[in-house]
Amino acid sequence: MPSLDDLKKRIKSVKSTQKITKAMKMVAAAKLKKAQENAEKGRPYSEKLKNIILNLTKSISNETNAPKLLIGNGKDKTHLCVVMSADRGLCGGFNSNICKLAKNYFRKIINEGKELKIITVGSKGYDQIKTEFGDHIIEKKSFKEKKQISFNEADEIGKKVIELFDQEQFDKCFIFYNNFKNVITQIPQVEQIIPSDVKKDENENLNSALYEFEPDEDEILEDLLPKNVSTQIFKAFLENAASEQGSRMTAMDNATRNAGDLVEKLTINYNRSRQASITKELIEIISGAESL
Amino acid sequence: MSQAFSVEIISPKEKIFEGKAEEVILPCYEGQVTILANHIPLITFLRPGLIEIEKNDKFYTEEGTVEFSNDKLIILSASILKLGDMKSEKVRDMIELSKKQILDNEISDKQRYLLNHKIDTLKQII
Repeated sequence: MPSLDDLKKRIKSVKSTQKITKAMKMVAAAKLKKAQENAEKGRPYSEKLKNIILNLTKSISNETNAPKLLIGNGKDKTHLCVVMSADRGLCGGFNSNICKLAKNYFRKIINEGKELKIITVGSKGYDQIKTEFGDHIIEKKSFKEKKQISFNEADEIGKKVIELFDQEQFDKCFIFYNNFKNVITQIPQVEQIIPSDVKKDENENLNSALYEFEPDEDEILEDLLPKNVSTQIFKAFLENAASEQGSRMTAMDNATRNAGDLVEKLTINYNRSRQASITKELIEIISGAESL
Repeated sequence: MSQAFSVEIISPKEKIFEGKAEEVILPCYEGQVTILANHIPLITFLRPGLIEIEKNDKFYTEEGTVEFSNDKLIILSASILKLGDMKSEKVRDMIELSKKQILDNEISDKQRYLLNHKIDTLKQII
């Protein structure tokens, strides 16, 4: 049985922890709102871009001449994986979920005898992956000092990826990120960005075949596809940022609630032992008086 | 009579403009293009220049992609700025930077063509 003093100290420390988690939750909630807005604002761009590429690919007659970024270089030997994670911890399972998904995928690729190259974005992901797959990491990026991630950062990574592709350093590129569904649910996701994974949907209205292109399709595609890579990375950034804040908010909310429960339990304990000691003292006094 | 059609300008960050217009002038890669209602479906991309929406709203852009279909004009660009928001000091800096870039011998003809247009447009703005 801990002494009354010990209990008092513990209650105090749990309460101050609760204060911290509560403050973190508030901060995360405020940031989440902004990040969510950004993510939603960013969606139309990537959707429309995808649409345009889809329309373009439909009208390409000669598939063999299509840009390599679109159809791939025909090989499937080396995979480049871009893993997006947060720069800060204390956000629940956010970082581990994405790393778990990525690691499973990495093992699968290595078992299949393919080569693996990794670019990590965000320091937490790097920390988790380096122990097992440290040799495969070719680059790590972190935008810790940037307050707001803009398109330029995504473009930087996009250009790097395209440069590597042009040097034939890899054949396929995948991006791992958390998709923001709502505050409670974030879904870790893999998306293939090179070759562009635009599915041809035959059911769509066929009037798109009437597009006029200026200059011709190939030139537009050549201009568009690198942009699409950067856009997809940017989209992943935005979704990831929103997910991180959402995940942190839920985690901190849970922590605050747990701390509250703990304080309650400890207070009951404290009161009980306080009462016990009073009763004990009373009994001592009474029995002392009786024996007189 | 000219008809109105819907115009949207979208950057990766947000929707910059949404509304109706009867006439939009675009700085397309191969020259200026004016879009009126019932234009044939078109996909093209932009060079540095000014986008004019009915002569009221003007935007500066460096690159972009344009799709027009079913009386809907969509402009996607990562480097778009409303003309009123641009400070002349900044524009001068941009011109200086572009002039430096154009002196570099390693750039391709395509880049030189784009930079020339960029400088011309920025000079217009001041």
